[in-house]
This record gives sequence, C-alpha cells and structure tokens, in this order.
Amino acid sequence: MKQMTLQLETLTCPSCLLKIEKGLKRLEGIDKDSVEVMFNSSRVKLSFDDSKLDSNEIQKTIENIGYDVLKTTLK
Amino acid sequence: MNTKIIYKHKNHLMLVSLILIVFAFVNYYVTHNKNILEILLMIASIVGLLPILFQAYSALKIKVISIDVLVVLAVLGAFIIKNYEESAIVTFLFLFGSFLEQKTLNHTKKAIKELTDLTPLEAAVLKDGLTVKIPIEEVLVGDLVVVKTGEKVPVDGLIVEGSGYLSEASLTGESIPVSKTLSDQVYASSILDDGHIVIKTTAVLEDTTFGKIIEMVVEAQDKKSRAWQFIDRFSTFYTPVVLIFGLLMGLLTKDLELGVTILVLGCPGALVIGIPVSNVAGIGFGAKHGILFKGSETISDLAKSDVFIFDKTGTLTKGFPEVVEMIAYDSNVDKIKNYYKSLEETQTHPLAKSILNYVGDVSTFEVKDLNVIKGQGIKGYINDKRILLGNQALMDDYQVELSSVLNDIKRFEDKGLSYVILAEEEKVLSVISIGDQLRDNINNDLKRLRQLGVKDTYILSGDNQGAVDKIKDSLNMTQGFGGMLPKDKKAFIDKLVLEGRKVTFIGDGINDAPSLASATIGISIKGGTDVAIETSDVVLMHHDLYHLATAKRLAGKILRNMWQNIIISLLVVIVLLYQVLYNSQMTMSIGMLVHELSILVVILNGMRLLKTNIKEK
Repeated sequence: MKQMTLQLETLTCPSCLLKIEKGLKRLEGIDKDSVEVMFNSSRVKLSFDDSKLDSNEIQKTIENIGYDVLKTTLK
Repeated sequence: MNTKIIYKHKNHLMLVSLILIVFAFVNYYVTHNKNILEILLMIASIVGLLPILFQAYSALKIKVISIDVLVVLAVLGAFIIKNYEESAIVTFLFLFGSFLEQKTLNHTKKAIKELTDLTPLEAAVLKDGLTVKIPIEEVLVGDLVVVKTGEKVPVDGLIVEGSGYLSEASLTGESIPVSKTLSDQVYASSILDDGHIVIKTTAVLEDTTFGKIIEMVVEAQDKKSRAWQFIDRFSTFYTPVVLIFGLLMGLLTKDLELGVTILVLGCPGALVIGIPVSNVAGIGFGAKHGILFKGSETISDLAKSDVFIFDKTGTLTKGFPEVVEMIAYDSNVDKIKNYYKSLEETQTHPLAKSILNYVGDVSTFEVKDLNVIKGQGIKGYINDKRILLGNQALMDDYQVELSSVLNDIKRFEDKGLSYVILAEEEKVLSVISIGDQLRDNINNDLKRLRQLGVKDTYILSGDNQGAVDKIKDSLNMTQGFGGMLPKDKKAFIDKLVLEGRKVTFIGDGINDAPSLASATIGISIKGGTDVAIETSDVVLMHHDLYHLATAKRLAGKILRNMWQNIIISLLVVIVLLYQVLYNSQMTMSIGMLVHELSILVVILNGMRLLKTNIKEK
C-alpha cells in the first residue's frame, strides 16, 4: 500500500468533490475508505495498492474528470 | 483534449452568451422581430451550455448526478417547450454564478495562500567552493547553504560559518532580531537582518519547523467538525431524495419545467459550501495574526470552553528570574551598580545573570581576593574596602548592621521574591529583589477571558501551595493547586472532562504533554516551535497570553458564522421549494438566480471573518 497526496487546481464547486471522489473509488486497487477530497486546500489524499495500480493512472483519472493536478507526493 | 479547451474558455463563452442575450433583447426592442430574438437566444443557450455539457458528461461517465447534469436537463426541457429566453438566462446565470463563486472563494483562501507563499523557493548552495542557486526541492540534508544580509533562510540548519541578527517573526511573532553565531540553530523563513552566514542543512521543506506550521494550517482547513460532518451526510442523502421528488412531480403534473426546476433548486450548493467557507476564512484570518487552529472541531470546542487551566512557571509567569526592584541606601547609585557588576561578572549563577542584565553596560572595578562562600554569597576587596554580596547569613557572619533594611527584606519575603544584599565594610549599600514575575498584563488577559464567558480559571503547579495561592489571589482565579506532579494535573483535567466540560489547558508543552493531550483543547505557550506544533490544538505564535482571549473570541465568531451559513442555506432551499410548488409566477430563471445568489451570500458572509477586528471589542 502506498499513500498519495495530489495537489489540484483550486476547487470551487462543491459537486467537484463528489465527482472526484466517485471517480477515484471506481479504480481497481484504490483503498476506498482512504479517499479524501479536501475542498479548502484543493487536495486529494488516498492509499492504493501499487501492485495493481499505477500512480499515473490516478492522476489521469482526475485530469479526465476535468481538474488539473499540480503536484503529487508518494509515500 | 477539446474538453480542456472548452474549460479554459469557460469565462469567454459566458461573456459571448451575455453579449448575445443583451444584443437579442436590444435588437427586439428596436425591430420587434421575434424570430431573430429566438434564434439569438437559442445560440446564446448553446454557447453557454457547451462547458456545462462537458462537465455533465464527465460526471455521468462516473455515474454521478451533479448539478451540471441537472442544469443540462433543465435547459433541454426549456428547449423542448421552446422557451429559449429561459434556457439562455439559466445557462448564463449558472456560468456567471460559478465565475463569481470562484473569484470570491479565492479571496477567502487568500490569507492562507499568503502564508504558504512565504515558503522559500530556492537556496544558494555551496558546492566545490562555488555558490549555486538551486530549487529548494533539490537541497539535501547536509548541504551547505549561504545566506546574505536581507535574505530569507531557506532551510533549517546549524551555522557553520559567520554570525548575524535574524528576525524570526514568521515563527515566534517576535519582531526583535536575535543574535546567532557558530553552531546556533536557524530556521527556514527567518530573515537575516544583518551579517553573512553559511549553514549546514538539517531539514528541508515540510520537515522544517516553518514547513510543519504551513502543513498544519493547510490541513486544518478541511478537518471537519461534527456539525460539518452532519451537514455533509445530510447533503449526500438530500440530493437523491430531491431527484426522486422532482421526477415524481414532473411525471404526476406532466409539467416538465416544474420537475426540472425542483431538481436545480434541490442542489444543496450553499449548504455544502457554507461551512467550509467560514472555516477557511476564519482559519486563514487567524493564521495571518499568529493564531493557528488545528481544525474545525477545535474552533467549536474553544468557542464553547468555559474552564481554563494554567500551568504556573513559564505560563502565567515569565519563566526566568528577573530583577524586580533595586533599593539604594546610598546616594551614589552609579557606584552601587559598578559594585554589582564587578562582583557578579565573575559568577555563573542565574541570579547573577539577571542582576547583570539589570545594571546593564556600566564600568567595573578591579576586585581583589575574591572569595565564594558556599550557600551565602561572595566577598572581595575593591579599593581596599571589603565588599559583601549575598544573603542575610553572610551579612550576620561579618557583623553588617541590618536593622535599617529589615522592613524591605520582609516586604520581599512576603511577595515570595529572592533578594541579595550588598554591603561595603559594615554598612548596607543596597538590596536587590529577584523573582520569576507574572507576565505583563496577565491580569487583563484573564479578565478578557472571563468577559468571553470563561467561568473557571485554575492554576496547577509543581511549586509550593504558598506561591500558587499568592498568584491565584492576585489574579482573582477560581482555585490554585500546588505540589502537583504531571500525573496529578492530568487526573484533575480528566475529571473535569468526564463531567462533560470543555477544558482548555495552557502549558509549556514539555513536561505538560499528558495534560495537553487530556484537555479538550491543549495550548502550548511555546510559540511556533516543534513542541508547540506537536502538542497543541491551537498554536499561538506570540509568546504571550494576550492572543489566548483573541483566539477564543475569533473561534466564537467563526462558529457563529458557520451556523449563520447553515441557516441561510436551509432557509433558501425551503423557501424556494415552497415557491416552486405554490407560486405560479416562479420561473426556472428566478430559481437559478436565487440558488446562485444564496451561494454568493454564504461566501460573502464567510468573507466577513476576514475583516474581524482583532483588537479589543
């Protein structure tokens, strides 16, 4: 399991949160309970199984929903 | 890729749609041509709908019914009944609403952004005798970093070369620069006011003390309180309910517009955004003024806390001995100061240090035959005169006449102060009293807390009961307990918490860690240090208690602001739904307008926090 934090462009609509959260939870290998989309800091925190899922895939998913990822940190 | 282009030009599309709408109506009033009006409004609707359509599509792809989906449905509904005026205005209002939300929301986040912008971006690293500027991310622990006058220290580290004056205001709130030299610790974000130093990096970015402060504030914005979690849960449950309700109404009344209008109005925009907005504005405002809250629950607890418990040494008092008063029994005060300095300069005792600080930069005499008499003081000869400096026992041993000074000594003893007597031959020249004094204005700080509804203030201290009682009485505190070990303090706090009271504990954060953790809210008085960040729920960047009451007052304001926002958004939803069902004048455009306005109102209400008056009343 790896922990990932993604800094997104400023989130301004409340429904963005739901979209990003649901979008990420659909990915295979994501720890569903760990997904946390933070409105004020425009950050996403999650844990995922790196044997099943590539971190680039996570970033791409968010970008496909329509939000720019500015910075990612993996732990 | 074309999705990105459309998102990027969202605001342009909004503008185009506005121009088209205005032009359509102006043209209609001049030419009275209804066809052109309708065509122009139709184009405006399509232009405005584009970005919403893409957002709706991306939401549907992941099976989310977002507000975009509902707006698209609403506009399609308007198209079906050929009401292009409605569709154009609804799309424009929706785009304009989100545009304004974005602008105002960025404003509420400004205070925190200003703080994070203080993070240094690059460092001048010394490599093979050359200084190279590199991005801060590439600096490694152990690297040598050069800092010149006027520059910001980019990393935490130890000085290995040079010395200088550093302003650490961003960490401690203290504006007077501190002198630092070889092997002293320097902190990222402090500014080198004067000098030139080379430091060996011990921590970079998030690992620096400043980085931890930033991280704490950034994380705090989204730490949810129980009320916030409740509203979040409420809104996730509320949306599908409204969706079904809207569909049912649409089907039953065969009124497509009514059904879709209910859908749009049912989106809990203001409700979802209200609490975060108050929180981010309040936390940002606090951070700007040196008050860091760790989250929304902390804010709510501090606002409600009515028991404040203080540690004594270093919390209510300054924590180090200081000269309280110097009495001179001889008119030559300068000579007395010279004597003090000449004798104390040879000593390392903490009392000697505070006396030297007090007399300041005066000249000294040569002292001959200096003798330290253990537990009593010192004896020496200046200009062949025997000078004694010490306690009463020392004076008695050398037959110094004390009768004239006994009154003053008693006064000091009553206040719980230490004192030192200075004698020339058999005559007393001066008595100096030293003590760990109460912080300046502490009485007023406690009074402000009481005015904010704090019912009980306690002192818990390891010191003797007598010393504790004196402070308790002079500060009008509820009760004081002396002789307490850390575990006794913790037990005392646990008991109050168990009684259901919201307890705030204020200590130094070093030997008080258990108490800080047990209290509902723990506050360390250590300013922006690692200890304080780790142990405190609220970090006060200033080394004083003035900001304690200010923090409580701000917490109360943020809490009230959140509730105002909850009430505003609930009322808007209720009133709108009622209007839709019982008022035939109600159109989708008006509904959309009110919906967007309510979001703006809660944002603007949150922004009021940024204008809080931090000073008294």
